[in-house]
Amino acid sequence: MSRQAKAQAGQWRRLPLIENPRLRWGLVLGLAVYLVLALASVEVNWTRVAEGAGRGLNFLAAFTQPDFVSRRGDIINGILESLTMTVTSTVIGVALSIPVGLGAARNIAPWPIYYLCRGIITVSRTFQEIIIAILFVVMFGFGPLAGMITLAFATIGFMAKLLAEDIEDLDWRQVEAVRATGANWWQTMNHAVQPQVMPRLIGLSMYRLDINFRESAVIGIVGAGGIGATLNTSISRYEYDTSAAILLIIIAIVLLCEYSSSHIRRWTQ
Amino acid sequence: MPVSTTPQGTPSWRLHTTRTQWLQYLGWLAGACLFLLCWKVISDNTMWVFVEDAGRQGSDLISRMLPPQWSYAHRLWGPMWDTLNIATLGTLLGIAMAFPVAFLAARNTSPHPLVRSAALLIIVSSRSINSLIWAMLLVTILGPGVLAGIIAIALRSIGFIGKLLYEAIEEIHPTPVEAISATGAGRMQVMGYGVLPQVMPAFAGISVYRWDINIRESTVLGLVGAGGIGLQLNAAINSLAWNQVSVIFVMIFVTVLASEWISARVRHAII
Amino acid sequence: MLTLSQVTKRYPTGDRALTDIDLNLPRGQVMALIGPSGAGKSTLIRCVNRLVEPTSGSIRLEDTELTRLSGAALRRARRSMAMIFQEYALVDRLTVMENVLSGRLGYVGFWRSFTRRYPQEDIAEAFRLLDRVGLPHAMDKRADALSGGQRQRVGIARALIQSPRLLLVDEPTASLDPKTSRQIMRLIRELCAERELAAIINIHDVALAQQFADRIVGLRAGQIVFDGKPGELDADTLTTIYGEEEWDTRVQDDIGESTSPREVPASRLMLASGGAS
Repeated sequence: MSRQAKAQAGQWRRLPLIENPRLRWGLVLGLAVYLVLALASVEVNWTRVAEGAGRGLNFLAAFTQPDFVSRRGDIINGILESLTMTVTSTVIGVALSIPVGLGAARNIAPWPIYYLCRGIITVSRTFQEIIIAILFVVMFGFGPLAGMITLAFATIGFMAKLLAEDIEDLDWRQVEAVRATGANWWQTMNHAVQPQVMPRLIGLSMYRLDINFRESAVIGIVGAGGIGATLNTSISRYEYDTSAAILLIIIAIVLLCEYSSSHIRRWTQ
Repeated sequence: MPVSTTPQGTPSWRLHTTRTQWLQYLGWLAGACLFLLCWKVISDNTMWVFVEDAGRQGSDLISRMLPPQWSYAHRLWGPMWDTLNIATLGTLLGIAMAFPVAFLAARNTSPHPLVRSAALLIIVSSRSINSLIWAMLLVTILGPGVLAGIIAIALRSIGFIGKLLYEAIEEIHPTPVEAISATGAGRMQVMGYGVLPQVMPAFAGISVYRWDINIRESTVLGLVGAGGIGLQLNAAINSLAWNQVSVIFVMIFVTVLASEWISARVRHAII
Repeated sequence: MLTLSQVTKRYPTGDRALTDIDLNLPRGQVMALIGPSGAGKSTLIRCVNRLVEPTSGSIRLEDTELTRLSGAALRRARRSMAMIFQEYALVDRLTVMENVLSGRLGYVGFWRSFTRRYPQEDIAEAFRLLDRVGLPHAMDKRADALSGGQRQRVGIARALIQSPRLLLVDEPTASLDPKTSRQIMRLIRELCAERELAAIINIHDVALAQQFADRIVGLRAGQIVFDGKPGELDADTLTTIYGEEEWDTRVQDDIGESTSPREVPASRLMLASGGAS
């Protein structure tokens, strides 16, 4: 019976998302098998979890009485270091991402440069900041310099990819119009490409500033400077009141960053 | 006024007025000062002797990494499977928690302004804190293992999915919602018929995108003991077995590229 | 059947959208509500089903005082007042059948509606209505795959499956071409006659209003300035409703020879075709 005839008799079911029943049930079955296998491979030591429950409550309770004071020196140093790393790495990273982004845009770059720049972007985006930080710490020694280089490198991958995409779908008629006036390559970039790309570039830089700050709070775990080291120590010593204080500071700074960046974006557009 | 008159009486044009031009210069100057100040702090905290050595260290590192010890790869399948599970199960758990939070946080579906602020607070806290920090905390609470990793990924995903989803909910067309309310539908029915179908594609896209990011993040959770391939990475680095480290890097690289490709394909199919 | 007395709506910004509206609509009457943009037409019909809260006054549907209802009682009252929208207001990503069935939401529980397990007679009725509005083949299409006129037909089917006593119609033809507009208005008219429904139709197009309504009410700046039979509407009353304009201009006088009268916007034909129902 056709669906219409069935509907006339009051029999109607929603159309399934996937038409082919074999494929549909295959997917459902595959998903179920995966879930069972995955859940089965999760080993949980329940006695350890039960033991930890009390500690979890301690941690939550610590948020009501965060301890900013007893490790004041470490916290202030760490936060300052994080902030300086954030600022310098964002500036350097954005500056370097502009040539890489131009090189990774298919419509303006010759192909050897295109592949080179795409390669840089892929490597930078694939590896977590913390892995890159490990390598740079080995090369440059402990301290904020390694962290700054790490964040700058990650910034290049992030910004250059988005910048290249922007350039790839910019309005080509404007470029032609400027070129038609007899402008050279630099003038074309300045008058036709820059105005189209600039507002988003500024917005993305602000966003990246925010990300870099959040990342700067973790790369300290491997010795690349910033608040991460202090946080790591306080957690492993079960000093949850200090950890809570640090986390609250991080949240506050991220909020502040987001608030001001929304203002700056509105102002530049 | 950008158009002014020169002493000769001919009008001249400039992009900015004198005042805005000075303000711009000042802005740039302040920015440059801030940058230099930050740079000074960093360079004070840096042992430049080590930095001079960086080139040699780098080439040394590369020479130890090559050739990779391929025979080590077969010991990585188990950890890789764990990594995949951490990312996937963590994303599923994150979705389950983020979904109601997003509906409570969106201006047009939130039952009360107070509830909305609470939901926004959850989203901001979850977004501000990196999954590695969550993992560090959970390892001290639950003990090392995959479970801590799954929960860390889930906690971090709430903020990401919640934020993008509540923005999508705020952007839906209001008229279908109005039409469904006009039929006498209850609150949940209005959500189910008026709101949900409109945000479903965005929701699916966001979830797959986050899964892709989570694969990337779950590769390092092992550094703090939360399971997955990061545990092997940590062990290899600590024992200075750089030719094993390079095998792990290749493994991560391939997995991440594959997940990125899958996520791009799925998102493309949805839109 | 529907009685409005002293209905006033003031927006929080201080704008008075409606002032002391008194209106009585008997069973089976099709009433057109005309007036310039911003006169309060949409606000008036949205006050009736409480999508907009009236500031003061009373609205009675038969024995029910609508302004004091809330929660489940309001939802029950809304079931008997179906609404048809200007931009169709269908849920684009649902199929036509799901859109029509969504008119039954006030009658079925959440889980039944969520899993789409509607009662058999609802489904049969939905199909009958789709057949009646001429779209039985489009049952499984997604709403955004339809043309404007087809969507409005689905909108009408969704309204009728509510088994309402009153239709609230908000600019049903504003997004449609002149021919489709007429078909839609004729369909609404016929359905009202078949089911003895009363209807309030907001409409910009005075010619259509005259052709298809039993009664015309003119609204200006939130007040009723005209209430009468379609034939009683003349240039003077149009001036009181809309303001000064040369209402009497015959179409044939001011169009070029290249344009055929068919392509002239229907509103220009107003008096040329007036009262032709």
